[in-house]
Amino acid sequence: MRLFRHQLKWEQLTFWRSRESAVFVFLFPLLLFALLTAVYSGHIYGKPASWALLAGMLGYGTANTAFAGLALILVARREMGILKRIRSTPLPPTTYLFAVLTSIMIVFALQAAALFVLGKILKSTPWPHHLLSLVLALALGAAAFAGLGLAITGFIRSLEGSSAVINVIVLPMAFLSGSFGPTRHYPQALRVIGDVLPLKYLLDAVNGIYLHGQELWDRPTAVAVLAAWGIGGMLLAKRNFRWEPREG
Amino acid sequence: MPNAISVQDLRKSYGEYEALRGISFDINAGEVFGLLGPNGAGKTTTIEILEGYRSRDGGDVDVLGFDPERAGPSFRERIGVVLQQSQLWPTLTVAETHRLFAGFYDRPRDVDEVIRLVGLEDKRDARVKTLSGGQKRRLDLGVALVGDPELVFLDEPTTGFDPAARRAAWEMIRSLRSLGKTILLTTHYLDEAEQLADRLAVLREGRIIREGTPAELTGGTTETEVRYRLDGKEVVIHTTEPTRVLHELTHEALKHGQELEDLQVRRPTLEDVYLSLTADAE
Repeated sequence: MRLFRHQLKWEQLTFWRSRESAVFVFLFPLLLFALLTAVYSGHIYGKPASWALLAGMLGYGTANTAFAGLALILVARREMGILKRIRSTPLPPTTYLFAVLTSIMIVFALQAAALFVLGKILKSTPWPHHLLSLVLALALGAAAFAGLGLAITGFIRSLEGSSAVINVIVLPMAFLSGSFGPTRHYPQALRVIGDVLPLKYLLDAVNGIYLHGQELWDRPTAVAVLAAWGIGGMLLAKRNFRWEPREG
Repeated sequence: MPNAISVQDLRKSYGEYEALRGISFDINAGEVFGLLGPNGAGKTTTIEILEGYRSRDGGDVDVLGFDPERAGPSFRERIGVVLQQSQLWPTLTVAETHRLFAGFYDRPRDVDEVIRLVGLEDKRDARVKTLSGGQKRRLDLGVALVGDPELVFLDEPTTGFDPAARRAAWEMIRSLRSLGKTILLTTHYLDEAEQLADRLAVLREGRIIREGTPAELTGGTTETEVRYRLDGKEVVIHTTEPTRVLHELTHEALKHGQELEDLQVRRPTLEDVYLSLTADAE
């Protein structure tokens, strides 16, 4: 526990001190939200557009932080030899990974809170009514995406290509799942792809809770699909997560 | 003194390729032991098995009473590792990096003391990304020492250094020995092994082909080399009787009024021994 707290403190320090991670992971969804609310008006899902965009950005932020941010941090550490270096110390590997995961969850929690504040300031979006359900939904989503983030690191060979690979996954997924607006006018083929993606189900749950006054347990399908993706990711990560850089 | 490291018939293959074909050696506590050999000889495989990074296919390994393949945090409390290539967090300072690692250990050394030991006191508050290559290597060493290990692994600690930085690194490694640390060092530089190691093993193609003190390795051959030029042609004679050979040579030369240009008589250096031992591998 002492080791966990020690490492968590340093994870937070290194995260916020790195301009790339602070801007790309933390600020980018906030910027995107500000842009989208500036250009969209009218109603989405029967609510003011800004409300639906806020829900969409919570989903995109989950994927961008817990999946993309986590994977990029871990690939960079691995290729720099930091993961290997840490394995020669008494810090247990699982304690280290839990500290990294917790740190990225803290970043995401702050980001979600900042989205609500920004929405309030820009478009007077309401605070969430079912806070517990929303927190649970986002926590489930973040855990599932973190599992997938751990798994994807095994497929990324080098630091140079990592951010391209990650964005080729995250941006189309966010688009197809409806983070940037509703998908009901998309062609059938694109909607079919969206229907298997985990972000689609996270957005189902978040939209239900934030826009339609539901609770998380009113969306059992979403919970089940997210949990399945997360467990699948963890199992894959257990098999192919690597601590050492490609060479040596 | 008990052995810090004991290795018996260690074997390791990567697929078809046999990286280690049964090597054995012991390292005493407080000793600097060098593993010397050309690239691909098996040095890094050996050191990474002893550090606990790799599993072995055969043989017995004892490091500080542990089997490194199965050892946990109590083993890692007692070792310090400098990897061949690794970077650290670019945005942290030298002092912060040491504090981060110090937190992993039960009884770390004082961070400022370690920073002084590796000669980075002027760079204490500098970000890691602003350090030179040599300074980063010293940071690697400082981070390896911050847990106050009794055994330190150095995998090619000076590769890529300029001559001044190498001298400085050697001084640092000597000061570690005077602190009573046991050190296992790999290198492909002969002068480094000769300067630093109390004993060394020469590794080639996964086998130890020679082991001993640097003096024993050079003393192991009794041949002396006599070299001169006659009529512009270089003549080299290897002999176990240099006195007789020289007498005959100079006698003949004087009789014919010739000069033996560039006449040299020399004992083989460690470099000659090393090159002749590893020649076939190149």
